[in-house]
Amino acid sequence: MIPVFPIPDFMPALPEMFLGCAAMALLLLGVHQGDRAAREILWLSVGALIIALALVLAPLARHGPAREVSMFGMFVTDGFGAYAKVLVLLGAAFSLVIALSYNDRHGIARPEYPVLVLLGTAGMMMMISANDLIALYLALELQSLSLYVLASFARDSEQSTEAGLKYFVLGALASGMLLYGASLVYGFAGSTNFDTLAKLFADGGTASIGLVIGIVFIAVGLAFKCSAVPFHMWTPDVYEGAPTPVTAFFSVAPKTAAIVLFVRVMVGPFGGLLIEWRQVIWFIAVASMILGALAAINQHNIKRLMAYSSIGHVGYALIGLAAGSAAGVRGILVYMAIYLFMNIGTFGVILCMKRDGRMVEEISDLAGLSRTRPALALALAIFMFSMAGIPPLAGFFAKIYVFLAAIDAGLYSLAVIGVLASVVGAYYYIRIVKLMYFDEPVSAGYDRPIGREMQAVLVIAAVVILFFFAYPGPVVDGADQVAAALFAG
Amino acid sequence: MASWPLLSLVTFVPLAGVLAILVLRGAEADIARNARWIALWTSLLDLALAIAVWANFDPSRADFQMLEESAWLPDFNITYRMGVDGLSLFFVLLSSFLTPLCIISSWVAVRQRVREYMIAFLVLETLMVGTFCALDLFLFYMFFEGVLIPMFLIIGVWGGPRRVYSAFKFFLYTLLGSVLMLLAIITIYYQTGSSDIREALAFDFPPQLQTWLWLAFLASFAVKMPMWPVHTWLPDAHVEAPTAGSVILAGVLLKMGGYGFVRFSLPMFPIASQNLAPLIFALSVMAIIYTSLVALAQDDMKKLIAYSSVAHMGFVTMGIFSVTSEGLQGAMIQMLSHGVVSAALFLVVGVVYDRMHTREIARYGGVADVMPKYAAVFMVFMLASAGLPGTSGFVGEFLSLIGTFQVNTWTAFLATTGMILGAAYMLYLYRRVIFGKAVKPDVLAMPDLSLREVAIFAPMIAVVLWMGVYPVSFLRPMQPSIANLIERVQSAERAHATKLAVAP
Repeated sequence: MIPVFPIPDFMPALPEMFLGCAAMALLLLGVHQGDRAAREILWLSVGALIIALALVLAPLARHGPAREVSMFGMFVTDGFGAYAKVLVLLGAAFSLVIALSYNDRHGIARPEYPVLVLLGTAGMMMMISANDLIALYLALELQSLSLYVLASFARDSEQSTEAGLKYFVLGALASGMLLYGASLVYGFAGSTNFDTLAKLFADGGTASIGLVIGIVFIAVGLAFKCSAVPFHMWTPDVYEGAPTPVTAFFSVAPKTAAIVLFVRVMVGPFGGLLIEWRQVIWFIAVASMILGALAAINQHNIKRLMAYSSIGHVGYALIGLAAGSAAGVRGILVYMAIYLFMNIGTFGVILCMKRDGRMVEEISDLAGLSRTRPALALALAIFMFSMAGIPPLAGFFAKIYVFLAAIDAGLYSLAVIGVLASVVGAYYYIRIVKLMYFDEPVSAGYDRPIGREMQAVLVIAAVVILFFFAYPGPVVDGADQVAAALFAG
Repeated sequence: MASWPLLSLVTFVPLAGVLAILVLRGAEADIARNARWIALWTSLLDLALAIAVWANFDPSRADFQMLEESAWLPDFNITYRMGVDGLSLFFVLLSSFLTPLCIISSWVAVRQRVREYMIAFLVLETLMVGTFCALDLFLFYMFFEGVLIPMFLIIGVWGGPRRVYSAFKFFLYTLLGSVLMLLAIITIYYQTGSSDIREALAFDFPPQLQTWLWLAFLASFAVKMPMWPVHTWLPDAHVEAPTAGSVILAGVLLKMGGYGFVRFSLPMFPIASQNLAPLIFALSVMAIIYTSLVALAQDDMKKLIAYSSVAHMGFVTMGIFSVTSEGLQGAMIQMLSHGVVSAALFLVVGVVYDRMHTREIARYGGVADVMPKYAAVFMVFMLASAGLPGTSGFVGEFLSLIGTFQVNTWTAFLATTGMILGAAYMLYLYRRVIFGKAVKPDVLAMPDLSLREVAIFAPMIAVVLWMGVYPVSFLRPMQPSIANLIERVQSAERAHATKLAVAP
């Protein structure tokens, strides 16, 4: 008898498939045209990301954020996923745009660059939509392999290749852990499907020790991917070594995807076991916030500083996961949305820090920027105050929503540690403001002009951060709805 | 007039000035001149609006007036909500009264980055006025905390030699206190289901929770106020800030702490306030006596006035937590009086600082010989600060002492010694600077007050005397609100006492 394979409904995965096909087509074009078409291919990739964004949003506009499982239970589309995909796509598109002039100037303007970003983004979107441990692993690897190559994209630079290699070795280790955890879960629970697992643990009964170990291993793998303490060691080296636009990309899109995946895995299949994993997340969150705040104080390199800053931010976002409630998930989504704009903006400014055509990465070099480049200094000051969480800037709202969730869930000590760490963290953010505004300029300032596309990105990011308070509705209400739906389903 | 969103106008008009200054183009000197004028006119317009608020205010009502509401985060029951009552009205006036004076006082003293300076002050004005008008906890917190950004820049960019250290200390100290309050605000939000301040004021929190929330609010307001022993940021910040920065710091920012106690701590957590009042009394007395003694030993004029601020704020906290009509009225008047008097004293110091570029007391002496007008102005504020009858300082200190005396005689007794010490350090300062023979050549070279400086001090003297001679015009609008507040605290205490009596 010939087995009958039913054709699955591919429509829910249309954005991912479009992105994959676009990546292939652009790769062919790149091979055919060579490096001289790099600029066009980059813009075409941005276009592809925007089309994918439209494809994500189109079904929402038509019939709301309904939950739909397809491909034999492997793939899920829901409002939560759509929200996160929008963030990932925006992050990827912005980081491609700000890469434009850097790549040109540093001899890495090759068509493979945007293609790898597209493939990685497709992987991230599949991660977000994963509904099965196998699908999760496949998507994660597609993403990770693209990122390893991107990290070492400046192949003539020792630092960049080192970053890529480090990222690869440690990333492979983390993937192994995750896979090991997944197999333990399969062994003790008998399924890899999230829905089946969720039903199994719905009553929240006692979990076997093997299962708990499996969950912890999965958490370790995911914590590595979103660079949470104690699995953060790779972050500063990779952030410093990778080409700056790649670092900008790393700090937004894969991070968002990894945190969203973390949420998907923890509150989805293992939601019933909140008691078992909450303390793990609690510890990771606290350790990330404290380490992020303390370790950044002594940094001299701005990319390293941003690495520790991102570790700290992951800690805050994970407060929402520790809460394990709809309010917590809402907090995470709002946090990541605001974090996206703060980070893209900051990296945009970092990419403008070049003198005589060479990048300058020393923090002390920002001294007196308010005299030499007032607009740039103002933008960076806005991002820094926002990262420190000072109202009325957007970063304040990011923090308040996760703290709302923490208080609601009764995690008072976590909230208190969080706010105290934010005061310590504020020190190094305002130190940058101090350098720019209080100190005298040390040099003639940075190269002019900055590209028009860069100006546009900086203005967009600054306006979003500065005026978020006036109209927080869409970001917050959207997150509220999709988070509530995640828990209702 | 009533249909106008008067409070939003008075809050956000300065931002219109900021926009106007931002679009200025041209030569550096032209920008500076235009920025000054725009800032001055904007702040004067804002003062006019604040006076219109006062004129529209119905002094017989205890509740919030001129309410404004519009949706902000409807899904969360968080609303843009503004309103004033007798407790907040005068702080709005104080903020908008001091800002134009600050701008005039910096007219020639600030020469660098004038545009940014004026923008910082106008933004600061919006945030200050907003803090006192906000009727939503989150809105309040945004204004309250947002103040840090412009003040940090004002101290750090236009301050003295140790400005960086002071700016950081100010920023981090205040932030540390405030974030704990934020958590308390979130807890209140979950308890009451809304972030409406009016609902929170009427809500009876469980006594155990009250203590925690009260302590969290204390962490913020005690730093802002500042109360002993968390006052150490204040002398640093005052000394290094430019004159106008000190004026706003002493005049308005410190009042945010006192306002917070009156607006939040007392009515929301009456039982905790009652239980922990002895703590406040002890800290207040410490502040009054200890910082007065410290002030006596200062060589730096600004530092002396900074320490005297801590002592004066001790009277305020003492009066507030006496929860008597006299005590609260005294605390309110003391805050307003200190807002004008200490601001004026910093301006007084600024006048000679602009001429000699030193704040060291020993460098002066015999100023009365060369600057008679200046000596007269200084005397008025010096005496007001020392609490001479007929000036605003007397009314505030006297009323808060009466109030405290009814509750705790020893506290009142010890605090009264602070009045003597206050007179001592102010007179001692005055003697060293003003009297004696003018022999130092740079002192002899100082010109007397200019017309611009007279224009700054004249309205301040008028207010100080007005408040001292006829305080009723200030007390009457706040009396219904204060009576309401005391009634609220007492009924909560009675309810708590009955509950305790019923329980086995």
